[in-house]
Amino acid sequence: MAYRPRLAAGARILPSEITPKEVYFNRRALMAGAAGVAAMTLLPDAAVAALETTPSPFSTDETPTPLEAVTAYNNFYEFGVGKDEPARYAEALTTDPWSVAVDGLVARPATFALEDIVPKVQEERIYRLRCVEGWSMVIPWVGFPLSDLLARVEPLGSARYVAFETLERPDEMRGQRGFFQALDWPYTEGLRLDEALHPLTILATGLYGEPLPNQNGAPLRLVVPWKYGFKSIKSIVRISLTEEQPPTSWSRQAPREYGFYANVNPDVSHPRWSQEKERRVGPGLIAAYQPTLMFNGYEEDVAHLYAGMDLKANY
Amino acid sequence: MAATARTVVEALNGALKRVPVLPLYFVALAPGAWLFLAALTGRLGFEPMKALEQGLGLWALRFMIATLAATPLLDWTGLRLVRFRRMLGLTAFYYALAHLATYLALDQQFGWSFILADLAKRPYIIIGMAAFAALVPLALTSTDAMVRRLGAAAWRKLHRLAYPAAAMMALHYLLLVKSWTAEPLAYAAIVVVLLALRLVPRRAPRRAAGRVAAQQA
Repeated sequence: MAYRPRLAAGARILPSEITPKEVYFNRRALMAGAAGVAAMTLLPDAAVAALETTPSPFSTDETPTPLEAVTAYNNFYEFGVGKDEPARYAEALTTDPWSVAVDGLVARPATFALEDIVPKVQEERIYRLRCVEGWSMVIPWVGFPLSDLLARVEPLGSARYVAFETLERPDEMRGQRGFFQALDWPYTEGLRLDEALHPLTILATGLYGEPLPNQNGAPLRLVVPWKYGFKSIKSIVRISLTEEQPPTSWSRQAPREYGFYANVNPDVSHPRWSQEKERRVGPGLIAAYQPTLMFNGYEEDVAHLYAGMDLKANY
Repeated sequence: MAATARTVVEALNGALKRVPVLPLYFVALAPGAWLFLAALTGRLGFEPMKALEQGLGLWALRFMIATLAATPLLDWTGLRLVRFRRMLGLTAFYYALAHLATYLALDQQFGWSFILADLAKRPYIIIGMAAFAALVPLALTSTDAMVRRLGAAAWRKLHRLAYPAAAMMALHYLLLVKSWTAEPLAYAAIVVVLLALRLVPRRAPRRAAGRVAAQQA
């Protein structure tokens, strides 16, 4: 592959050196305090198994957003539209056992148990996350390249897109029940095959060195750091390779506002608000703004995927 | 049943007559004070500025709805809230002012180029600003002296600005959420109903009571 990773200064720093220490300490306090994870506090500390990871040259050297914010401020409409609702209600989700069907235009379709697709040693990828709503975070994900999984099922030559699907389980996902539902379920997303095979595109199983909290998309989610957050679909149960561009949840909901590509782009406004800047999520009342970067700062890595393409038309 | 309802309304009206208006300003502004303190002390989550801004805007809309409810409540139930209408309307204005100040100072941090660009391009900002602009003359002419100076007819005509202001406030809220969600739709529906009731021929309280009695028979 012609792709060469960009080795930014400080990119090889160890995760333990990057992650603010107080954040790791606070995690224990947070766990003990949160009723939702009461069960975990009954287990010995060793049972909250830290995931085995290696650092990645793709990581940013920006300071990660505190764990409390990453796990308390979420969009996961399956558990409600409020930012605090996923953290309150996602504990109801059963993530073990979990299986993922990988099918469609592949030579070897299969339904995998989660443990059969997650490598023993994963990578820590510290990525920027930019939400289409105008806020951003820096998150130390734990995961592995999506291309590794796709290689195992051997995509056919006719495959041009990859479609993803989130679990639909109203019994456990309260946002999927009741009179007023924010989206059509199941949530679906999609990538072009070359986007899916790009080395920045990962399937994440953890953050801050530990398994994903349910509100962050446990047990397996996509992370595509150069696209708006809604592309990074959570709690994946199906991955299908297709010839046609698959329908995606937000573009079905509001096609004029949310496109298939959804690349982070400060020059292409959302029809109702500007995308020129972003607020780094944090506890201070004085919001920390910074300019939004083309492809969320991954321009060198991904711009070639869209060479010659009108990014205003393909928003 | 209707007789009971009428007794309840009369009892309420009797009790409301004895409620002093001035202390109610403090009650009405308490949620805003709480929001501000909570934002300062880190109890509004991880985007406290947004939570404060949205909270103040929502209270403006709620008090606007309460203001608009006074007349239909009198017409249809005989409940006399009209004495509190100035307090409710002024409170809506104070919340709108605090909401706008939060937007200018904390959200945009006085970035005038962004603010002007927003004002030129973003429908929800344009509509929000227009709603605020409509509330300003209403607040300025809210005193008894201004009613006398303008004359009751002109004053009443001017204060019909409250209708488009309320509609724009609800629309402003609808336009800034990512998708159709229940809460802004519910507020918009309430505003539509309160405005639509004004198109229905008015009934004097006595007649309304008679109508209820007739229905019961």
